[in-house]
Amino acid sequence: MSAPTQPVPATTRTDPYAPKGLSLTLESTGAILLALLWVLPLAYAVWAAFHPTEYTTRFVLTAPLTLENFTRAWAAAPFARYFLNTFILVTMILAFQLVLGTLAAYALARQDFWGRDIAFALILAQLMIMPDALIVENYRTLAKVNLIDTIPAIALPYIASAFGIFLLRQTFKTVPKELDDAARVEGANPLQVLMKVYVPLAKPTYIAYGLVSVSYHWNNFLWPLLVTNSVESRPLTVGLQVFSSADQGIDWAVICAATLMTSAPLLVGFLLFQRQFVQSFMRAGIK
Amino acid sequence: MTNRATATLHGWLLLLPAMACLALFTHWPAVASFIESFYSTPKARRPARFVGLDNYQQMLADPIFWKALSNNFWFALGTIPTSIALALLMAVWVNDRIAARTLVRMAYFTPTILPMIAVANIWLFFYTPQYGLLEQIVGLFGGRSTNWLGSQDTALYAITIVAIWKEAGFFMIFYLAALQAIPPSLGEAAAIEGASRWTFFRRIQFPLLMPTTLFVLINAVINAFRMVDHIVVMTRGGPDNATTLLLYYIYQVGFGFWDTAYAATLTCVLLVLLALVAFVQYGWLERRTHYQ
Repeated sequence: MSAPTQPVPATTRTDPYAPKGLSLTLESTGAILLALLWVLPLAYAVWAAFHPTEYTTRFVLTAPLTLENFTRAWAAAPFARYFLNTFILVTMILAFQLVLGTLAAYALARQDFWGRDIAFALILAQLMIMPDALIVENYRTLAKVNLIDTIPAIALPYIASAFGIFLLRQTFKTVPKELDDAARVEGANPLQVLMKVYVPLAKPTYIAYGLVSVSYHWNNFLWPLLVTNSVESRPLTVGLQVFSSADQGIDWAVICAATLMTSAPLLVGFLLFQRQFVQSFMRAGIK
Repeated sequence: MTNRATATLHGWLLLLPAMACLALFTHWPAVASFIESFYSTPKARRPARFVGLDNYQQMLADPIFWKALSNNFWFALGTIPTSIALALLMAVWVNDRIAARTLVRMAYFTPTILPMIAVANIWLFFYTPQYGLLEQIVGLFGGRSTNWLGSQDTALYAITIVAIWKEAGFFMIFYLAALQAIPPSLGEAAAIEGASRWTFFRRIQFPLLMPTTLFVLINAVINAFRMVDHIVVMTRGGPDNATTLLLYYIYQVGFGFWDTAYAATLTCVLLVLLALVAFVQYGWLERRTHYQ
């Protein structure tokens, strides 16, 4: 995470419209109240997960703390397996997305050839036709090649990402043409130029896109729910759902503990790389 | 080979892996859905046969389809303006030097990185009758007990609120980026002219945010047709289809009833709606948006 993400200070000079005095107090109060409302579900999950079941709906400050809900949640479903599956899934998707995206983006940004504009339009079509809309046909395709209930089946519809290709194309277009020419004069072939010139210069975009992709696929649910039906291939989100609905009665404390476990890696990652996370989403949006 | 031919060959070779995947999992399925919507669902002893517009006629006569469509319309109308307005408000707030700015910014953003499926479970608890959080709060003020997710009057509102909560913080990031890209000299100039803060926002900041609003709007519309995770957990489309959205109905028809032909027909409707969004974006809004 050594991306050159220089945080942009909100006010580099004195902002004449910066709130002062009473308006600052009002604005801060409003912002903080809304923030409390926004973290309420997470705050509740933390409360319920760390307290005994009888305090799930009773908010007494003196309630004893416990880790028992976590051990019960861990025992109630094969979470270790789910974690492994999710990890394999997001790594696989990201790796393919980056390779396919880099090749396509390079062609679109710097090669001048017949049919380029048509190809670009066909790729951008995916921004509108999201894979979620095509669940029925995609399920059929994967059933034909006997891939249902495997991790590659969850990954395949997503490995060519129009968003990623578009983002990388925009970045590659900003690379000075002179660098490209210089490398060619040195005798580098197109693939070498790509790897030695373009890819290193686009590192911040790769990181930004990586964060977006990992968090999206870590959290994705509907498609994995459809194509998996065994513990061996289920990712965390699907495991969490099966586990919370199959239980006898609803044990909110255990569900909250499981929820926290499921989101913990992303939450911890977010707390550690808060700035990069936010900056990466910003960069993704500006383009 | 000529130079041009070599370039074309190289270009398409570079594009090949991505294009193959897109063709297989985006372009072909879209076309296949269209073709299949004119056929019947194959059964064990009866293969699919051409039925013309039968599926579409069935759809037009299907009250659940109309219910899903109108639900989706109200869901979109409920989530899109509210989450965009909230996102803008949040961005303006965290762009100013308010107290605890970093923490507030993080708080707004947390729903974005939490899996919808996980937080839907917690929202389910909030809405639970008798002992859920909302009931306890309403109870404090002496309000009547309501089954928020179990009543036809409130269920769609309840899931709409969850969607707004999930999206506003995500859109805030884009507004925040755009606000920070506005040169400070504009603010200084406006202040010299004696413009009030509201005038500055309305006449300068807001127009300069239009490209961002367009980007966010497109995302919000697409999300309004995509977001179904919380419905699977919280209501399963009920009560009595009060929260069935179009994509959830496709899921139900395709994978609950295994009526693939009808699911393909519904998919075509969803694709047409999305194409309409694309058309509006590229054809109309793009020309009306003021770029810097």
